[in-house]
Amino acid sequence: MKLVKDLSALYEAIAAVQELYLPVENKGRVDFKLYEAGANVDIKTLKTVRSAKDFFFTQTETLMGFKVEGKNIEVEDLRPEVRPFVAFGVRGCDARSFEVLDKVFLVDPVDTVYEARRKAGTVVTLACGRPEETCFCTNFGITPEAPAGDVTTWLTEEGLYWQANTDKGEALTAAIAAVFTEGDGKAVEEQKKAISDIIAKLPLANLDMTHLEGVKEETFWGHPVWKDISETCLACGTCTYVCPTCQCYDVRDFDCGNGIERFRCWDSCMYSDFTRMAHGNNRNTQDQRCRQRYLHKLVYFPRRNEGMFGCVGCGRCVAKCPSKLNIVKVIKALGGK
Amino acid sequence: MQEMIKSKLAELLSTGAVTKVIGWKRGENFYDVSPAAFESVESLADFVYDDFCGANLSKFLVKEPGKESKVAVVLKPCDTFSLNQLIKENRVNRENIFVLGVPCEGKLSEEKMRVMGIVGLTGCKVEGDKVTVETLYGTETLDKNDVLLTKCATCHSKKHVIFDELIGETGEDSDVDRFVGVAELEAMSEDERYEFWRNELSRCIRCNACRNACPACTCEKCVFDNDASGVAAKSNANSFEENMFHIIRAYHVAGRCTDCGECSRVCPQHIPLHLLNRKFIKDINTFYGDFQAGADAESEHPLVHFTENDPEPSIVKEGK
Ligand code: SF4
Ligand code: SF4
Ligand code: SF4
Ligand code: SF4
Repeated sequence: MKLVKDLSALYEAIAAVQELYLPVENKGRVDFKLYEAGANVDIKTLKTVRSAKDFFFTQTETLMGFKVEGKNIEVEDLRPEVRPFVAFGVRGCDARSFEVLDKVFLVDPVDTVYEARRKAGTVVTLACGRPEETCFCTNFGITPEAPAGDVTTWLTEEGLYWQANTDKGEALTAAIAAVFTEGDGKAVEEQKKAISDIIAKLPLANLDMTHLEGVKEETFWGHPVWKDISETCLACGTCTYVCPTCQCYDVRDFDCGNGIERFRCWDSCMYSDFTRMAHGNNRNTQDQRCRQRYLHKLVYFPRRNEGMFGCVGCGRCVAKCPSKLNIVKVIKALGGK
Repeated sequence: MQEMIKSKLAELLSTGAVTKVIGWKRGENFYDVSPAAFESVESLADFVYDDFCGANLSKFLVKEPGKESKVAVVLKPCDTFSLNQLIKENRVNRENIFVLGVPCEGKLSEEKMRVMGIVGLTGCKVEGDKVTVETLYGTETLDKNDVLLTKCATCHSKKHVIFDELIGETGEDSDVDRFVGVAELEAMSEDERYEFWRNELSRCIRCNACRNACPACTCEKCVFDNDASGVAAKSNANSFEENMFHIIRAYHVAGRCTDCGECSRVCPQHIPLHLLNRKFIKDINTFYGDFQAGADAESEHPLVHFTENDPEPSIVKEGK
């Protein structure tokens, strides 16, 4: 099995052939950043604050511009140029979130900006050496001990074990062939076993979700949990901005003085103007907004996508909501617990 | 302590003195404590008051003023300053609020444990100044001071400045120097200080947690949410916008910020926002005499109240 002993050499080798993004620590917080020599790479911290969705669905991006002269409107293509890149150190939950996003952005009409990034990106996942109590990915069939991706890696005492899974993964492996040695792979098997043992102890690893199977859109509309959580939901949007599967965006025009730039940016269903239309808004209270966030993930999305949930169990909302409200509480409450 | 608080709240609900209680509710594990509304005595079964009740509940009262019903709220000493300030600004209706003051010895932060590399948190016991944490990967014993919420490590007062009833005793103003962090920033060169803030604010994801948790941020329509303002934004498009959001917010709460520390507590990116606000507090103390927002509900706001002794703007500008 392929093994890399010197991680810096690996980063340098990848960065020499493509743009490399990987988890970098800054004042105790870790987020994906473009690699540069001397970067404070941190692949031990389990979860980045921001999810990996930024690789494909960025927080803000300019889509097009308009120049108006007399009676003429000139439309400019301002979509960003996308170069091939490697996303290194992605966890299994975030890797699955790309499949969730694909269901939205790659169906007709295809989102060309997203598609370009998806094609350009090679995803190198990293097995979760130390799952945390907030993790509940296993409820969604995710395997943190061997996460899916173009390449899967395991960080062991010996070094980083490397396994290419797709053509893109093979191509990257071939391009950096000089950094690899061979290992016997025993440490990988041991790690997989150790991870499974921890998973068995995770408090949220086995949620009862049977009550969500095949339900109608309106099944939970009148449920008391919406009022309960909305009482102390601050409507901040943290849950939606750290969530790897939250996919809603707003499109606006910015007047640059000499023209208009049309951009999009993440939106949050927790905000009062979310989906506001000319006639007003169809959700006017925070309990309706909370209901939208959770039922979108747990009912509406799976109904349209062969049962695939719009949550990957990354636990970011569990760890980050300032009022400690989260999807696990909602899943349990909807099940009567 | 928790049981005494609970029985008082049960009495308030059962006699009809209040129809709703705003308190904290036990969730999935030891640190999972949510602010919550309780409307029946039975629902109080989940009420909790422990080392993880860091949230300042006064913010949730802002939703209530239009309503006629009476609500009881459980407030720690620092939280009572926020309520006073809200009363001063007519953002809550004092008559409809029953304040139950509860003592506080400093609240803990599970996020600080995570940053220390202590992960997989499953249990926690506090004994004196030691905290024993159980995790999926073993047991760790920590100094309580190292895992106190930042706001608690530099607590400015353990005195309840407004209450209808107290459980236990109220405390005193603290003599901790809370301006150490500000002094460090002041000692930097302008460039260093700019770099410091750029690095901090570059992590901002514009999630609005700081603004929405802040008891001084109570505008019905924030300028950043208002399309007509010209500065409405849901994301920071560039470093200018990252800076502007925070600078505007800090200016807007200057003289009104009680230093409750909620902004820094809730920030998922651990941006030390309290340092911005404390700089204003320190300067106000220097230029206009010691002033603590929320210490009472009547005194004049030093930045909007002119006195003949006010320093000249030119002197302020030179930092004298
Ligand atoms: S993070 Fe929590 S408080 Fe903020 S909008 Fe989401 S649920 Fe509400
Ligand atoms: S809803 Fe919460 S747990 Fe699920 S994917 Fe989003 S942030 Fe992660
Ligand atoms: S939720 Fe699963 S895949 Fe994601 S970090 Fe935790 S263990 Fe890993
Ligand atoms: S809470 Fe932190 S990340 Fe969120 S908007 Fe405020 S400073 Fe930015």
